[in-house]
Amino acid sequence: MQDMPAQSPSRPPAERWMKVCPEGLYVEPGGFYVDPLRPVERAVVTHGHSDHARPGHAHVLATAGTLAIMRQRLGEGAGAATQSLDYGEAIRIGDVTVRLVPAGHVLGSAQVVLEHAGTRVVVSGDYKRRFDRTCASFEPVPCDVFITEATFGLPVFRHPPDLGEIDKLLHSLSLFPERSHVVGAYALGKCQRVISLLRAAGYDRPIYLHGALEPICKLYEGFGVPLGELRPATVAAKEELKGALVLAPPGAVADRWARRLTDPVVAMASGWMRVRQRARQRGVELPLVISDHADWDELVQTLDEVAAPEVWVTHGREEALVHHATQRGIRARALALVGFEEEGA
Amino acid sequence: MRNFSALIDGLVFMPARNGKIRLLADFFATTPDPDRGWALAALTESLVFHEAKPAAIRQLVATRVDPELFALSYDYVGDLAETVALIWPERPERANSLPPSMTEVVETLRAAKRGQVMGLVEGWLDTLDSSGRFALLKLITGSLRVGVSARLAKTALAEWGKVDLGDLEECWHGLTPPYADLFAWLEGKSDRPAAGKGAGFRPLMLSHPLEEEDMAGLDPADYAAEWKWDGIRVQLAARGGERRIYSRTGDDVSGAFPDIADHMTFDAVLDGELLVARDEGDIAPFNDLQQRLNRKTVTAAMLKEFPAWVRLYDILFDGEEDLRSLPFTERRARLERWHDAARPRRMDLSPLVPFEGWEALKGLREGSRENSIEGLMLKRKDSVYVAGRPKGPWFKWKRGALTLDTVLMYAQRGHGKRSSYYSDFTFGVWRGEELVPVGKAYFGFTDAELVELDRWVRNRTTRRYGPVREVEPGLVLEVAFDSVHPSNRHKSGLAMRFPRVHRIRWDKPAVEADRLETLQAMVVG
Repeated sequence: MQDMPAQSPSRPPAERWMKVCPEGLYVEPGGFYVDPLRPVERAVVTHGHSDHARPGHAHVLATAGTLAIMRQRLGEGAGAATQSLDYGEAIRIGDVTVRLVPAGHVLGSAQVVLEHAGTRVVVSGDYKRRFDRTCASFEPVPCDVFITEATFGLPVFRHPPDLGEIDKLLHSLSLFPERSHVVGAYALGKCQRVISLLRAAGYDRPIYLHGALEPICKLYEGFGVPLGELRPATVAAKEELKGALVLAPPGAVADRWARRLTDPVVAMASGWMRVRQRARQRGVELPLVISDHADWDELVQTLDEVAAPEVWVTHGREEALVHHATQRGIRARALALVGFEEEGA
Repeated sequence: MRNFSALIDGLVFMPARNGKIRLLADFFATTPDPDRGWALAALTESLVFHEAKPAAIRQLVATRVDPELFALSYDYVGDLAETVALIWPERPERANSLPPSMTEVVETLRAAKRGQVMGLVEGWLDTLDSSGRFALLKLITGSLRVGVSARLAKTALAEWGKVDLGDLEECWHGLTPPYADLFAWLEGKSDRPAAGKGAGFRPLMLSHPLEEEDMAGLDPADYAAEWKWDGIRVQLAARGGERRIYSRTGDDVSGAFPDIADHMTFDAVLDGELLVARDEGDIAPFNDLQQRLNRKTVTAAMLKEFPAWVRLYDILFDGEEDLRSLPFTERRARLERWHDAARPRRMDLSPLVPFEGWEALKGLREGSRENSIEGLMLKRKDSVYVAGRPKGPWFKWKRGALTLDTVLMYAQRGHGKRSSYYSDFTFGVWRGEELVPVGKAYFGFTDAELVELDRWVRNRTTRRYGPVREVEPGLVLEVAFDSVHPSNRHKSGLAMRFPRVHRIRWDKPAVEADRLETLQAMVVG
């Protein structure tokens, strides 16, 4: 926890210097955007998911982890000039002090702490509050304005404990030892988290990966995240995959790709799996409610901890969180930011 | 509730029929009496709790959750029981109290006085986890909607207990929840429960469609022919003062047809076709009968405008005497004798059609253009009356346009005057365990039927793909078409020419719809 900035009677309200533009959220006195949707001169990027880290910016500021992910996924498009910033380190851009603070979402993910003229604004990016061995844990930063995501901003979204969900998967593996278990998981973050949770639960057999998941797993290991023995599912013999655990991108599990597996149990690791109809829509037999986003209780808890008198809600189900914050006496409004996806939540 | 809620969760996510049967069988094997019996009652919709209405549940949740947040959540989730199950605020201090068993829930609710029910429900919701809350709410509101019909539940019981489904159906109507005697039988601990002297349902004997190549191997002298009437197959059971009219699946439809039940003053079990006939035996088109279907009760105006009639095919019981093991010709003679003596009103006999050889019969079949005739039935003269659909003894031989019993799979909204209705229907047939789409139909139903179809689609939607809704495989559409050709455009490899909805078979279970092989066999050239 950190101290609030000194109160200044003449400080300008944040909406005077933080603007929603077609390119994204613009920090005027610093001349940069946070997670811009279109190529810009200066970008601060919260994390490596493709809807936040887009290609073609001239200057990119992010954590080393995020920059590595961007380079791997975007190549040249990761930014003409990049600059890494450690968690907690402050940098001055124009008339704004910028710090990156862990958001607990995926490797390298950060909240952006902005201070200008005595006002502190925190842009949460995507975040979660659960312990995750694959990335640094979220740190609440008290602020004047908290700009929060709301992917799971409805009180029906309460993620159960992760290990309970992993137990469901392990139980199914023991119940159907002859069936491959294919788990749909987003390539960046979810995949490595699921593997890490499996290892923590004592599962030490090789885990098979769809080709699209391998590069990011290697990258995570390079950042010191142990994932145990991983093998490619693409060339693995059909016989070897019987009773094996296979991870694949969500789109591949119900696709032709999965036909190489023997009578697979289709699982999906996502916060959306909490709602039965959503799980059924994806043809999922074994829904695993494992999310890299805050659930409703955690969104609400975080509002309490950052104690911001003003909250802007970006993407997700804004209405309910705005309603809740307003009931608590917080000035809250929905920011009309577009372009963020729900995939992989 | 734990076993039951795990079962409900499993069924919700299990798409395959055989997978559902496995889950059910496993549940019956591992759940003790009487919990499993109450669960069976819930699955077969034999449990009703009158006070636990959706409105009362909404009121209850409003005492615990901000109404605005609830409304937003309900709008997102779309299902009341699921929304409440997910949103219910758990009380940590209650987390250690023991959740109720299935039996405790059922017995307590049954004994509860008016006004106590929602208080009990509130207490249980506090002790259950989200799956348990979902199962409880589905249970008390009386409609599980987990893709399991009563028939499927019974099929699973029969497979698990290694008994004949027909045997199980035979005694089913004499049983009451929680079915201790049934489970004892299925576990080999006792004999089959008695079918009961009452007017219980006896499973019907069904027929196979006749293929051209079948005929070569059949001797016309072995078969009797009768018209296949275009109505609804029913069983009239009048025993020991009790009167019941059953649909082919054993649903009791007596309440909807008092004009028949009133005249069942005899003691017998009969097999026949339910029709509408204004004057004695003058059969109205199927569409008129349609007006009388899917109703729990009936108005006097309906009775007058669409009076019901039963054309009798067979007799199963004459008084106490079980005639089912007699050959068809003897049963037919008994039916005629019985009818002569009883002379029941609003009923007549379906006449036998005399014929000389298959060619002559073919001519008769094509020559008959009466609206109320669908074709011919061929029954082996020595066939005993057995449950189910044995291959060989009975054939149906439909006339005219090709028809196929298909299952409604997807629906899309129409245009113009139908713009708000789901009126474009994609239907499929069975290939192994799965349904494959074989065509689309946009017409062949009346506006009144369209309203019913639209409602059915909205209530049974399982997925949405943009404007298209996928529905439960639960409605059989009898589709008529001119011909069928090989095609690359359809997953099934076949395309129908000029398909239209010939009839909506509200009465027919989806599993009994036709198979892809049947359609393949209709390909010309």
